[in-house]
Amino acid sequence: MSHSQTTTTEHHPALAHQFDSMEQQREASNFGMWCFLLTEIMMFGGLFTAYLIYRLKYYEAFVAGSTSISVSWGFANTLVLIASSLTMAMAVWSAQRGIRRFQVLFIALTMLLGATFLGVKAKEYYDKYEECHIPGASFDAEGGTGCEKGNIAQELVEREKIPLEAARQIARQSQIFFSFYFAMTGLHALHMILGMGLMTWLLWRARRDDFSPQYYSPVEYGGLYWHFVDIVWIYLFPLLYLISRHR
Amino acid sequence: MQPKLPLFPQQASTVAGQVDALYLFLVLITTFFSLLIALLILFFAIKYKRTPGRKAEQIHGSTLLEIIWTVIPLGISMFIFAWAAIIYFHQRRPPSNALELYGVGKQWMWKFQYSGGQREINSLHVPMGRPVKISMISQDVIHSFFVPAFRVKYDVLPNRYNTVWFEATQPGTYHLFCSQYCGTKHSAMIGEVVVMKPEDFEAWLASGKAEGSMAANGEKYFQELGCITCHRPDSGARGPNLQGLYGRPVRLSDGRTVIADDNYVRESILDPAAKIVSGFQPIMPTFKGIVNEDGMLQLIAYIKSLNEQPGQPLNNRTSPTMIRDTEVPNIQQEMKENGETSKPRPEKKP
Amino acid sequence: MSTSTIQTPPQLEMPKKHYLNDNYGIRSWLLTKDHKRIAVLYLISITFFFFIGGIFAALIRLHLLVPEGALFQADVYNKMFSMHGVNMVFFFLVPSIPATLGNFLVPLMVGAKDLALPKINLASWYIFAIAACFSVAAMVLGGVDTGWTFYTPLSSGYLKTNVVTMAVGIIIAGFASIFTGLNFIVTVHRMRAPGLTWGRLPLFIWANYATSLIMVLATPVLAITLILLALERGFHIGIFDPKLGGDPVLFQHMFWFYSHPAVYIMILPGMGVISEIVTCFSRKRVFGYSFVAFSSIAIAVFGFLVWAHHMFVAGISTYSALVFSLMSFAVAIPSAVKVFNWTATMYKGSVSFNTPMLYAIGFIGLFTIGGLTGLFLAALGLDIHVHDTYFVIAHFHYVMVGGMVMAYLGGLHFWWPKLTGRMYPEGWAKLAALITFIGFNLTFFPQFILGYLGMPRRYAAYPPEYQVLNVLSTAGASILAVGFILPLIYLLWSMRYGEIAGPNPWQAKGLEWETSSPPPTHNFEHTPVVTEEPYHYGEEQEGEVPVVP
Repeated sequence: MSHSQTTTTEHHPALAHQFDSMEQQREASNFGMWCFLLTEIMMFGGLFTAYLIYRLKYYEAFVAGSTSISVSWGFANTLVLIASSLTMAMAVWSAQRGIRRFQVLFIALTMLLGATFLGVKAKEYYDKYEECHIPGASFDAEGGTGCEKGNIAQELVEREKIPLEAARQIARQSQIFFSFYFAMTGLHALHMILGMGLMTWLLWRARRDDFSPQYYSPVEYGGLYWHFVDIVWIYLFPLLYLISRHR
Repeated sequence: MQPKLPLFPQQASTVAGQVDALYLFLVLITTFFSLLIALLILFFAIKYKRTPGRKAEQIHGSTLLEIIWTVIPLGISMFIFAWAAIIYFHQRRPPSNALELYGVGKQWMWKFQYSGGQREINSLHVPMGRPVKISMISQDVIHSFFVPAFRVKYDVLPNRYNTVWFEATQPGTYHLFCSQYCGTKHSAMIGEVVVMKPEDFEAWLASGKAEGSMAANGEKYFQELGCITCHRPDSGARGPNLQGLYGRPVRLSDGRTVIADDNYVRESILDPAAKIVSGFQPIMPTFKGIVNEDGMLQLIAYIKSLNEQPGQPLNNRTSPTMIRDTEVPNIQQEMKENGETSKPRPEKKP
Repeated sequence: MSTSTIQTPPQLEMPKKHYLNDNYGIRSWLLTKDHKRIAVLYLISITFFFFIGGIFAALIRLHLLVPEGALFQADVYNKMFSMHGVNMVFFFLVPSIPATLGNFLVPLMVGAKDLALPKINLASWYIFAIAACFSVAAMVLGGVDTGWTFYTPLSSGYLKTNVVTMAVGIIIAGFASIFTGLNFIVTVHRMRAPGLTWGRLPLFIWANYATSLIMVLATPVLAITLILLALERGFHIGIFDPKLGGDPVLFQHMFWFYSHPAVYIMILPGMGVISEIVTCFSRKRVFGYSFVAFSSIAIAVFGFLVWAHHMFVAGISTYSALVFSLMSFAVAIPSAVKVFNWTATMYKGSVSFNTPMLYAIGFIGLFTIGGLTGLFLAALGLDIHVHDTYFVIAHFHYVMVGGMVMAYLGGLHFWWPKLTGRMYPEGWAKLAALITFIGFNLTFFPQFILGYLGMPRRYAAYPPEYQVLNVLSTAGASILAVGFILPLIYLLWSMRYGEIAGPNPWQAKGLEWETSSPPPTHNFEHTPVVTEEPYHYGEEQEGEVPVVP
């Protein structure tokens, strides 16, 4: 069947033994990264689909729940993430050119922005905690003792001019909105935390001057991952904060 | 006792024969193709057994053959699909003259109610030769109502009525199984279906202890809960008139139209704000945690029975009473009071 | 390493250096990035789970000897079948062929030195091991009794067992299979030897490629479903809880969106194995190569569109039931095409009956029955009756045991000489194959009849008229157990005492046979170049291929 062929290539220290050339290695790992992102899309996709089904079913409750979260914080966080995508892209750019100083700078900036995002997210979660909007046994959106801040029912009465009884029913149902809110933003935040770990590793390698125009894939895939997590947020922000807030 | 080795279940419903015919056809197809493949393999294995001096003949394939064995199975399976779909549609559409029963599944028992108010646990008596439709709901997890002799099965879900229907053809006693795994005593959630000749069934019904029909119990419950305060037939009522409502289309405040079936009535009681009838205010409190599944069935039976009384259909109502928000607390207060002392209904049931 | 002139030499020797003796010590195994060693690690792990699951199966069958149940209380019985299902599905069947034979063979078959991402491959095994720890912990701490399907609201709100631990185990195991699938996809795309075009790929590769697509696309949906289930249990968030307005049927949709394609994860690699074995032992090119190859892809694609056929009686609308039934019939066609092509491959062949071929023939027969009984379940009006009865159990086991396990054992025997460099004892192996076949049919055929009679699945006790068939089934299971234990014994024995196999004991085609057995760590001494179609049998000289005694 076969003849033999010996492939001789210049041997880069980062070339793994199973590859014949740096190009093949780059193509393979690139392809793997995109497959992995596909997996991630399917994972968030399942959650998004469930969200949309319930949004149709409990429209009013979703509107009410959505109105109770802070657009300004969400918007600020969106800006932070977009900025971090820019710095991440810059980090990849500097890795491609092998400029160590810039790599370190931009990765550190990206991490800073990522941490800012997580901080803001934590503040938002804390607000929700104070308003008793954490789903579960202690959930209360009807203004019980200690939960006056998160009285969605009262807000509905004032804003929508509907009777209190209906408002309370809707407020109770908004628990399902918050279930999705925490599941979706929580999964996203988990990805951000993993991303921060990834960035720490990249920062360490960048400082060690591992990357060169011939070998910069780790930074590139770190970047792809970071952008992906960004894009998920770009969908989450309107779905959770904006589209229901129409009145 | 001689061990029994049954190979085929009893046929005791009108649909059993249809299902069995399809089953036997599929058994035939399966046997034919399995034997075809098995015999071909055996034949090739023996005929072309490796012997010295003979080499395999290399064949790449044949597009014609590929098309043949794609198209023929496709044809056969489409035929089966259509046949089976017809049976399914038949099974999913209860005849309109069916005797209506109600079932509640809970861990781990079956409860049935007849419209006359008779109740049974883990046993279901039905007449022979008359379609029987059962509206079923679960009080806890998912169960499944399965009577092998009738070839019927349908899941019993929480929070939603599913229906199943059958027409028994043979008097006798048959297994009733829960076929959806429902926890520890799943295999003990069994009962029996007793099929009786119509006259025996009537006698059995009459002998049953019943404290009033389901509708009558529902009416009583309706008054106890104070529903009557708002759901009155006069034009000043705060809630929609329920006479002639059941089974009709209802126009909602957001412009949609829904059919007032069991699931709609149930939702309106437990989650009143979900679907607001056009021209009314969402002021009704929820009865979640107050009305249990049995009571719910009685309320539905009562609302259904109102169809037989004269009254204005819901959609013809032209001047909805608007309620100012300031009134709402008063109304709620009033309703609470009425929970204890219910007023007599303005119209008596004939 | 052309085979054109080799006469089987009387004395074969083991190669001096190969992947098994390249390095010694626990470290060299636990830190290996060699796909072959990882395959062996996986082989050991899943064999463990196969026998654990098997013990549960044996206990289930023993319990059902008498109508009231012979061994346990109902709650214990429920744990038995749940843990049988979870272990067999998530810890044996899903990784079975891809993670063992696939891991071992994919790089060899495409002529690569290793999988594209060896670290990810090792990570996959570690993730699997962590998942296994969760599963074992869940079992040791008292087990689960949800059934392997975890239906809500039963699993989320009513059962008191270790559901979360087990669910976490399954989520983690899912990532192990995602990593395996990802690796295969990249390897097949980017690591093929020169001249190995898509049209020249062995069908085993096509099958594993299709499997990998499903792994990468479907598994994350299971992960998110079970995460929501775990959150529901932990925090009562209400997405599947009807009391809080959630919909338990949505769980079924999301669960089956993975778990139906997952049965194709379980069967497709088996189909790939059969294509290799049938061609080799018929000394023939596969009949209709491209049809067999593309039918794998067709199964993978259609497999995503049929999930709700598990829910025909769960309250989905009549019209959507219609669509899902139609698609389920459509997915049967590519499987039928494969069966016909394998049969036609034997036509005018030169057929010999070594153990792998016996398993392959068994597979074709049993898979045909398993596949055709799938039509009963896809048929709407009939499914109403047989859904959730022993008919489903029988159908599923005909495909999974009669199909997948037979293919797995066939493949294990076929490539055993490549894995270990030694032959298994042919006589014992044939006996085991025969015992497995007989035991299998006796175990599961009566269950078709039981199912049509109406015996529901997951019953700890049953009406007495079903007893005879249950006794038959239990009798079959005891025979089947012998058929599974025998190979464990003689395969282990052969690792030391088996005859030395030589690089290509079957005179088979394919790049994996062109290197020594066991292969060296880097697989090939030189990158092979492919110039031929796959399965180019029929070029060998007279007397070159041994006539089987």
